[in-house]
Parts: sequence; structure tokens; C-alpha cells
Amino acid sequence: MSAPTTTVEHVPIRTDSDVVKVRQLVRALAQQARLSLVDQTKLVTAASELARNTLVYGGGGDAEVQLAVDGVRTGVRAVFKDDGPGIPDLDLALTDGWTSGSGLGLGLSGSRRLVQHFAIDTAPGAGTRVEIATWSR
Amino acid sequence: MTDGVPILKIGSTLLVSIQIDLQDDTALRLQEDLAERITDTGARGVIIDISGLEIVDSFIGRMLASIAGISHVLDATTVVVGMRPAVAITMVELGLSLGDVRTALDVERALALLAPVEQFPEDVLLGAVEREEG
Amino acid sequence: MADVATAAPETLAQTLAAHAERVRGVWLDAAARELHGRTSRGELDREQAEILDALLDGLRSGGIALADPAFDQLRGILADVSATRARLGFTPRETAIGIFALKEGLYPLASAGVDITPLLRLVDQLGLLTFETFAAAREAIIAEQAEQLLELSTPVVKLWEGIVAVPLVGTLDSARAQVVMEKLLNTLVDTGSEHAIIDITGVPAVDTQVAQHLLKTVVAARLMGAECTISGIRPQIAQTIVALGIEFGDIRTRATLADALVDALRATRAARQVGLPA
Repeated sequence: MSAPTTTVEHVPIRTDSDVVKVRQLVRALAQQARLSLVDQTKLVTAASELARNTLVYGGGGDAEVQLAVDGVRTGVRAVFKDDGPGIPDLDLALTDGWTSGSGLGLGLSGSRRLVQHFAIDTAPGAGTRVEIATWSR
Repeated sequence: MTDGVPILKIGSTLLVSIQIDLQDDTALRLQEDLAERITDTGARGVIIDISGLEIVDSFIGRMLASIAGISHVLDATTVVVGMRPAVAITMVELGLSLGDVRTALDVERALALLAPVEQFPEDVLLGAVEREEG
Repeated sequence: MADVATAAPETLAQTLAAHAERVRGVWLDAAARELHGRTSRGELDREQAEILDALLDGLRSGGIALADPAFDQLRGILADVSATRARLGFTPRETAIGIFALKEGLYPLASAGVDITPLLRLVDQLGLLTFETFAAAREAIIAEQAEQLLELSTPVVKLWEGIVAVPLVGTLDSARAQVVMEKLLNTLVDTGSEHAIIDITGVPAVDTQVAQHLLKTVVAARLMGAECTISGIRPQIAQTIVALGIEFGDIRTRATLADALVDALRATRAARQVGLPA
């Protein structure tokens, strides 16, 4: 077994087309990581939701996507960062159906259900950082 | 801004086949274009083929539900066809529903589903009006 | 000969190469004794020659720890050997002993005036790697078998043109529910079926979680344009469902698979009358 070499790909999220770019990048890596078709679709959908959150609520930011290796499993890890207003009440934001914008309020709570690993770090005025990952089974 | 999604007209039905990874602004434009075409053509049915879509996230889901709502107000029935199994599973997990949108396995079945609508008297009337104008 | 305290990789390589024959002899004897009947002496001999060559090559390229790039080839060979043994049903002991037996061949070298501690340490690392790859290979085999079992236990059968069914037997946990859902939905597309029947006659109990899985499948099928019926609901299960307050909503449920089939055929006929394809 050779040592894992994974490069982190940075995608700035400034426009609608960047959200599409993030989706395509995550899908390409999910295929490389040999995720099942359903897991691929779930991960890409979660990435799409989070990238849009970064754009709409965070006022733009960055995505970092990489192939991850953990022993015999491979996976994809994605981090979404923005310097926006942050989320004042995280519990509320993670509740189904709650939205501060014009969405359906499924972005955060929904994407959490679509991935195996979900971590969020946010504070009012300090921006938001969401990390997700899914591994091959 | 990318190219818009083409809208085809078959009889009194409008057919949209989404083959590309939809950007949010393109999706919004499709919604507007469709509303316009329904009023212009007096279409009674709208078929949206999403067999080319690899994901349906909350934005696209909301677009589909809005199109159905708009069509309904304009007296047309919307049928979403060809959703991939992986996409359906993901949508359910995400907690996304399409509301009252009708669904079908493929375009052929959707056309059959809409066929009886075409036989209503007002369709005949609308058809006649359309022929005169055209 | 170099200083005893600082045996460089090249020195170790020289010593090892000079005594290669003797080391191989003792190693082969020790390994063959342990693996008697599991593998042939000739096979072991070939395997060991390959490992020793890679080890010498690595030392000559300046490698001293197993993680060094100089030992890439050696690690590759070892991974292959232990993965093969895992597949052939060797025990972990039998797999590791083939490597640790090399030490028997190395001990006599200590008298040659070279500190062979780095070599012995290297063999220990090789042994650990063998264990690791062996375990990984076993895990992969188990995962593969579990998956095959899941596939086997959830057949999707065609009952009629446009009607497919899954007879579920046994407990329905999350992993299995996932497989059932995926397989059923894929079959709907592949066969162009608009009706699916999930028969739960063989499911011992329905709790809220199982009900949740069934619900999700039905909703997903609807999104794709197909209708799903749950059949085989035994009286006790109907009672549990009501007692637990499980909401099946507007999902069609039938007592038997036969009822569900007749129902689906009726729906197909009704659809045909208004112009739907069968």
C-alpha cells in the first residue's frame, strides 16, 4: 500500500456557476473514491445545498474538496467556508423547515442526513464553516 | 448566464427535457419561459423530463413545484418524468417533496396520462382558436 | 567492515548478500516446518527469494525503515502475499510466521561482526505489515460476502407485465432496507413497471423504523412515477401498527400478495381505458 496522496482543490464560490462547479468536482471525486451511485448522489446534493448556502447566506466564500483515505476506505471530504454573518441559533437552523431566506429550509438539516460526517462551526459575525464527508462502504 | 432550456410543443402539450446540470439562474429563467409559453399556446399539459438530471436539490425541487403551481393556475397539468432511482432516494432522505406534481416513468406514459385532457370540449375550442390565429 | 555501532544500509546489504544462501536455507526450513502441508516448499522458496531480493534492493537504495520509498516494491510483494493467504484461508499465525521465520536465518549473522539490529527491526515491521494487510483482506472478503448475502436475500420478481414484487423475509434493518429500496426502484426503471408490491409476510415484526423504511420506498417510487403497495400484513402486525400509532398515510396496504396483484391489474386496466399504456 502506497501512502495516500490527496490534493485539496479550492473552488471560490461567487456566482451560480460556481455552485455547479462544486457539484461537478465533488461528483468526479466521489466516482474516484468508488462511492455507490446513491452515496454519490447524496453527497453531491449535500454539497450543492451547502455551496448555495455559502453563496446566498454567507455572501460568497470558498469550498475545499479532497479525496480522503482512511485505512482501506476511500472517501470525499468537502469544507465550505464563508465570512458572512454566521448563524445565531444553530439548533434552530438545523431544524427541518426553518429558513432565514427564501429556501425551503432543508439546506442544513437535509444535507446532514445525506452524508456520513457533518460538522459545523459558526458564531454570529464570525462566518460559517461546514465540513462533510462520505466514505466508501 | 448560460443558454436557456428549449421548450418543445407537441399538440397541446409543452415538453421540456433538461439535459444539463442546471444553474440556479437558468432554472429561474425556465420557470418564467414556461409560464409565458403556457399562456401563449394555451397548452393543457407540461411534461418535464428530468432523466438527464444527476441530482435534484432543494432549489431544483422548488422550481419543479413552482412550475406545477403556475401551470395549475393557468389550467395546465404538469408531469415530471424520468427521475432516476438514486435521485428519488436522495430527495426522500433530504425531506423534499414535489407537492401535488404528477409523475410518470417516461415521456410516453406522461403523454398518455395527459391525453384525456386533450379531449375535453374546451380543448377543441382552443384548438380551433389556435388554428384561426396560426 | 564498518563500525559495529553504525551499520549503514549498504553494509547490511553486503552482509546479507554475502550470507544469502545460509539465511535462505534456515528461513526456508523454519517456514516450511510451520507451514507443513499448507504450501509447497518450492512455492515458499520462490516467495522468499522474491522477498529477499526486494529487501536487498531496498537496503542498497538506502532504505532502513519499512516506510521508506526504497521499500515500495517490498511492501507491494508482502501485501500481495498476505492478501493471497487471506483468500486461501490461512490463519493469521500461518501468514505471519513466513516472515518472522526470516529472523531465524538472521540471528547467526550477529557473529559476523555487524550489528544486525536494524535488520531485525525491519523484519518486525514486515511482520506487522503482514498482519495489517491480512486483516484488511479478510475484512474485504467479509464485506463482500455480506453484500452478496444481502443481494441474495432480496430478489425482485416480475409478477405480470408492468408489475414487480419483492417478497421480504427476515428482519429489515437499515442496510437491508437500503438495498431493497435501490433494487426495487432500479427494477421499476429497467422493466418499465408502474406497479410495485412489497410483501412483508416474512417479516417477523414491524416497528416504527421498519415502517419508516417502507414509507420512504413508497414515496421514492411515487417520485419516479410508480405506485407501490404493501402486502402481507398479518393480523398481529396490523395490531402493532395501530398500537404504535404508525401513520401509513395514503399508502395502499393489502392483506395478501394475491389481493395486491389483483388490485394492480385493476389499476392497469382502468389506466388503459383512459389511454394509458399497459
